[in-house]
Amino acid sequence: MRFRLPLLAGLLLASLAGPAFADDGIVVYNAQHEELTQEWADGFTKETGIKVTLRNGSDTELGNQILQEGAASPADVFLTENSPAMVLVDGAGLFEPLGKDITDLVAEGYRPVSGNWTGIAARSTVFAYNPDKISEDKLPKSIMDLADPSWQGRWAASPSGADFQAIIAAMLELKGEAATSAWLKAEKANSIAYRGNTAAMKGVDNGEVDGAIIYHYYYFGDKAKTGENSSHVQLHFFKGQDPGAFVSVSGGGVLKTSQHKADALAFLKWIVGPGGQKVLRDGTSYEYAIGNGAESNPALPPLASLEAPKVDPALLNSQKVTELMTDAGLL
Amino acid sequence: MLSAEIAAPRPLPAPAARLRRLPQNAPVLAAATIIALLSLIPLGFILVVAISAGWDQVVKLVIRPRVGELLLNTVWLEAITLPITIVLAVALAWLTERTALPGARWWAALMVAPLAIPAFVQSYAWNSVLPQLHGLWGAVVIAVISYLPFVYLPVAAQLKRLDPALEDGAASLGKGPAEIFWRVVLPQLRLPICAGALLVGLHLLGEYGLFVLMRFDTFATAIVDQFQSVYNGPAANLLGGVLVLCCVVLFGIEAVARGDRRYARLGTGAARMPVQHELGAWMIAALALLAITATLSLGVTLATLLRWLWIGGASIWALRDIGAALAQTVGLSIGGAIITTVLAMPMAWLSVRGSSRFQRGLEAAHLYAGALPGIIIALALVSITVRVMLPLYQTAATLVFAYALMFLPRALTGLRSSMAQAPVELERAAMSLGRPPLVAVWRTTMRLAAPGIAASVALVALGISNELTGTLLLAPNGTRTLATKFWALTSELDYAAASPYALLLILLSLPLVVLLRRQADRALSA
Repeated sequence: MRFRLPLLAGLLLASLAGPAFADDGIVVYNAQHEELTQEWADGFTKETGIKVTLRNGSDTELGNQILQEGAASPADVFLTENSPAMVLVDGAGLFEPLGKDITDLVAEGYRPVSGNWTGIAARSTVFAYNPDKISEDKLPKSIMDLADPSWQGRWAASPSGADFQAIIAAMLELKGEAATSAWLKAEKANSIAYRGNTAAMKGVDNGEVDGAIIYHYYYFGDKAKTGENSSHVQLHFFKGQDPGAFVSVSGGGVLKTSQHKADALAFLKWIVGPGGQKVLRDGTSYEYAIGNGAESNPALPPLASLEAPKVDPALLNSQKVTELMTDAGLL
Repeated sequence: MLSAEIAAPRPLPAPAARLRRLPQNAPVLAAATIIALLSLIPLGFILVVAISAGWDQVVKLVIRPRVGELLLNTVWLEAITLPITIVLAVALAWLTERTALPGARWWAALMVAPLAIPAFVQSYAWNSVLPQLHGLWGAVVIAVISYLPFVYLPVAAQLKRLDPALEDGAASLGKGPAEIFWRVVLPQLRLPICAGALLVGLHLLGEYGLFVLMRFDTFATAIVDQFQSVYNGPAANLLGGVLVLCCVVLFGIEAVARGDRRYARLGTGAARMPVQHELGAWMIAALALLAITATLSLGVTLATLLRWLWIGGASIWALRDIGAALAQTVGLSIGGAIITTVLAMPMAWLSVRGSSRFQRGLEAAHLYAGALPGIIIALALVSITVRVMLPLYQTAATLVFAYALMFLPRALTGLRSSMAQAPVELERAAMSLGRPPLVAVWRTTMRLAAPGIAASVALVALGISNELTGTLLLAPNGTRTLATKFWALTSELDYAAASPYALLLILLSLPLVVLLRRQADRALSA
């Protein structure tokens, strides 16, 4: 009794130290969907034997975390769902410049000119609507139409998510601060806020709202699983270079402060190479592939047909967006 | 806080003994002071943030419509949930403890069982069954069914302890049963009701998962939103400051409601066994009430869980992931619980062996952090470790320290009530026989209090295994507990895949709830 308890406590303390160490292999700060990155990690580990440890979070959370950690960050690779977080980290000069062997693998327009990071996948903004509640001719022509008072209480979004904030960043780039600020204030009055795009889509499916601004792959992903959140949902692509047709580029970069640069660069190269892009084509993530000559999942409408507006992914400003959204009372 | 305490007057030590006690107390006092200072870190952090942000920034970020919205939501939530919970809990406790209800022991166990189901699991189950239930009313319903046991337990314990002589006296003066209940029984329940209601109120302030799924915005959800957008900005920290103010207000209300009347029994002799009232025609209604409560708080969730497990089939049992999450949860819970209990020991011993103003201050420092939502503590520790103590950043040590801060009050109250059972004379006798003070305390008081200490460790472990927001923010890379893994899957609305984690969470909590109940019974019969 005398020594058993302290001994036990000591052993437990020692075991607690276990999970903290991921000494071998690389640490990936992952803001992409965990399932997809785990597939990438598993494929990469199978091919090269290098262990990959994921830290999951959201775009801006992890991006800001890397900024705060600075030189002491344990991250080797940073993967995101949208590009504003990449711009944030790049702006602080924390990315390792990528060689041509990586950037040549990615189609132009899906990577920044600076070459400090690259796109790894892409997704398109859509208006998911319930055909029982709203007919095709009544659909909004542009995402800016949703600010109209006639849309009050009829549409939904997930404003606290990085996905939606990336769409607003594109709107800011394309339409300017005044128009975006006005649209956000209208959103506060008109829209129902859900947490997560899947929840928003489910709200459309239930008939709680007529439609929602989400990304395309939630629909296809749900259809591939049980389909219970999308049985009464159809997708409307805005097209015509509207901000609502924004195609967001998911980014990947290697940190300058990484202790395992070679392994990290190898991982990034694998993701944008045929191995990683094949996971996008054959897997269940339903995001668009952006590798040179890589095919996307055949279930998706071709990327070129979406008439996305031209937005330089390196110009998206997440801090300004957070400011505007806080001012509008959304955050 | 879960066992209502009636303070007995402490014997004043003789002047010579007082002088002799000081040097013996000193190391324990020093330890307790250090722990109290560590406990003040989150409070200090909020003050530093508020001051460094500057008055303009504070006004801009705090005095805005969004904060007004959140405040209104919080006030409505508390104002509606607390009365409903109190009324329901008192009614149920009365039915199970003081009436001749068939199967009263079983009903009592059923009323306590929802403690094993975390609030966010309840919310998940209800959301998948009834997605239309959301907003304020959804939040109220789920909050009531999740937090009912917090008020039920102390009220039931107190009802068992009541001296029927007072009720007999009132009856002999011609009062009817209803008036006896209102004027004799209910006032004696004031303390447990206040304690339980305070606990529920504080939990409502800090709860995150429940309200996210119900699409109801509170300070906690807004803080996480800000954190996920800006990571460590002033807005999140200042919202935390407002939340702390709300906690202080709740404390104030409870202190006023509690009053300072005496509740202990006067006079010699022992209390009679309380009389079990016959229900007669009300039996059906009583059984219906109990059955409905049990169905809503347990039945719906368990049935939904089983349904999702069934639909998911074998594919959702990813044994590698589940096993890893289970191992990490168990390791963190038990390790964290032991460390927390050890940290609470100096203060617990001090508070049962004497009292002074300084000590009461120390106690307040220990207890206040339990009122803070886990997210504030996590925010504070993240900011501090990232800026000032980088080696500790993102380590299990920081996470366990956060758990210790959050659950110190639980450990303290459990330890205090069990240590108080051991008379101080035994310690003195051991010391007079030549044992050094620490060894004397260990071999007498601690050994006698061991069952109570074990129960308090179990309680803290239960709390840690269900903890969500702090773990989300502080966990080291690659750490996945059952709660965070469950949450990640629920956020994707992948209900089927999340169900094995929910099941394991409940199974882990069940033995601890049984232990808690047995401990409460034993403490009463002692």
